Amino acid sequence: MRAVLPTANEFDWSFHGPKLVEALGETLYMVSATLLIGGVLGLALGLALYTTRRGGLLANRAVFGVANLLVNVFRPIPFLILLMVIAPVTVGLIGTRLGSTAMIVPLSFAATFGVSRIVEQNLVAIDPGVIEAARATGASRWRIVTTLVVPEALGPLILGFTFVFVAIVDMSALAGTLDGGGLGAFALDYGYKRWNFAVVWITVLVIILLVQVAQAIGNRLSRRVLRR
Amino acid sequence: MSPIIEFRDVSKVFPSPSGPIRAVDGIDLTIEAGEVFGVIGYSGAGKSTLVRLINGLERVTSGQLVVDGSDVATLTERQLELKRRDIGMIFQQFNLFSSRTVAGNVAFPLKVAGWPKADRDRRIAELLDFVGLLDRAHSYPDQLSGGQKQRVGIARALAASPKILLADESTSALDPQTTQDVLRLLRKVNTELGVTIVVITHELEVVRAIADRVAVLENGRVAEHGSVFDIFTNPQAEVTRRFVSTVVHDRPRGANLERLRQTHEGRIVTATIADGSRLGAVLASAGALGVTFEIVYGGIGTLQDQSFGSLTLALDGSDDAVETVVGRLREVTTIEEAS
Repeated sequence: MRAVLPTANEFDWSFHGPKLVEALGETLYMVSATLLIGGVLGLALGLALYTTRRGGLLANRAVFGVANLLVNVFRPIPFLILLMVIAPVTVGLIGTRLGSTAMIVPLSFAATFGVSRIVEQNLVAIDPGVIEAARATGASRWRIVTTLVVPEALGPLILGFTFVFVAIVDMSALAGTLDGGGLGAFALDYGYKRWNFAVVWITVLVIILLVQVAQAIGNRLSRRVLRR
Repeated sequence: MSPIIEFRDVSKVFPSPSGPIRAVDGIDLTIEAGEVFGVIGYSGAGKSTLVRLINGLERVTSGQLVVDGSDVATLTERQLELKRRDIGMIFQQFNLFSSRTVAGNVAFPLKVAGWPKADRDRRIAELLDFVGLLDRAHSYPDQLSGGQKQRVGIARALAASPKILLADESTSALDPQTTQDVLRLLRKVNTELGVTIVVITHELEVVRAIADRVAVLENGRVAEHGSVFDIFTNPQAEVTRRFVSTVVHDRPRGANLERLRQTHEGRIVTATIADGSRLGAVLASAGALGVTFEIVYGGIGTLQDQSFGSLTLALDGSDDAVETVVGRLREVTTIEEAS
C-alpha cells in the first residue's frame, strides 16, 4: 500500500490533482448548499429578530424572546460539537451522517444562527425614519417587511453574506475531518496524516483563492448596490 | 370653511422609568380644511408627537381626534393604514427610500393604494413635473441635493392625492435659499391642489412665510393660537414673545436703548405701524407746536398682505408740547414709552 503512494512532501499532479479537484467540488457543493439553506433560514430568523424586537414593526416579546434564546443557545456551540449533537437529526433527514450531503445539515444549522445575527445587525442600522415614512404612506407592516426592509439594507447584507461564506468554508473544512469529504478531508488524509506538507500548502492556496474570489464578488456586488 | 382636524382634549402619555411623560397635554385645536396651519414650539414642546397623532403613527392616550370625519383614537391599525393614504407626510431628514429611484419613491404610496402600473406611471410623471424634477426620475436619492430630496419627499407625500399634508420640520435641514424654494412649493400645494397643510417648525420665519394660522406649543399645551398676523403683532404668551423677538427686532431694548438715550434729546416712544396709521400727518403738525422729531429705530414690513412694524421716535420740545404730540399719535396708533 505504501509503495504506490507518492513520497512525502511532494504534490503529484497525476495522483493528487484529480483528488484535489474532487475535494474542491465537494467543498463548493457543501458551501453553496449551506449558503443557500442557511442563508434563507438565517434571513428569515434575522427578520424575525429585527421585526419583533422592542419598538420593531411587529414588536412581540414572546416571539422575540424565543428567537433570541434559540440563537443564543445554538450560536456559541463550537461547530465540531454541534455536528455531533445533531447527528441523529442528520441521520433522520439524510439517512446517514457521512459524506458531503449529510454535512450540509449541521452546516446549515450553524449557518442559520450565524446569519440571523448578521442580518439583525444590518437591519437595525436602517434609519427608523425611512420605516416611519413607509408607514405614513399607509403601507402595512407586512408590506414594509417584505418589500422595503431587505432592499434598504442590501449593500451591507451582501457584505455580511460574504463574511458568512468564508465562515462556512472554515466550518466545512472541519466537517471534512469527520467523514464529510472536501478540502479539509483532503488536506488531512493526504497531507497532514502522511506528513506531506506540499499537499497541505497547495490546499491552503486553493482555499485562499476561493475566499479571495468570493470576497471580490461580494465587494463588487455591494458596491454596485450602494453606489446608487 | 369646515374643520378637517379637530383635537378635543387630546393627550399623549409616554411611559418612562422616571414616571409617565405627558408629551401632549389636553390639547383643543381646530384646523380648517384648505388652510396652512403652523404649529411652533421649541424642541421638546411636543409638536412632533402632536403631528404624529394625526396620522396615527403615535396613538392618542385620551381625548378625541377627529380627522376628516373619523376619530383616529378609535381606529384599528388596519383602518389607520387606510386613513394614512389620505394624509401625506414629509420629514426633516426627508426619509427617502435609498434603495429606490426618485420614481420608485413616488410609486411606493401608489402601489400601497393599489394603483395599476399605467396609472402609476402617469401619476409619477405628473407629480415630478409639479415639483420640477421630471428629469431626475431615474436618479437615486444619494445623487440629489437636500432641496431636491425634499421635493421628492413632497411628490411622494402627494402621490395618492391626500387631503392633508403633514410637514414635520420640513425645511430645518435646508439652507435659507432652499428653504424659501420648498416653502414656495408648499404654498403651491396648498393653493393649487387645495391640500390642507399642517406645518411643524421651531422657526417663526417658516410660519410667517406660509401659515394662515398658528398655534404656539409649550410643554405639550397650546400657549396661544390665532391668525399669524395677530400672533406676530400682538403676542400674549411669554413663549410667543420670545419667538417673535427672534424675527422682529422692532423695539430698542437694553444696550440699544441706552445708546439712543445718550445720542438723542427728548422723549423716546415707539409707534406701532399698521395699514391706516396716519403717523405722517401727526408728525407734520408737530413743528407748529415747537416739537422736533427724529426717527431713531424700527422698520415696516408686510405680513399676510398687511403692513406691520414699528417706528421709534425721539420727540424733543417742551414737555407740554411733546405730550400733546404723543396724545395725537395715540389717536392714530398704539404708542409705547421706551423702557
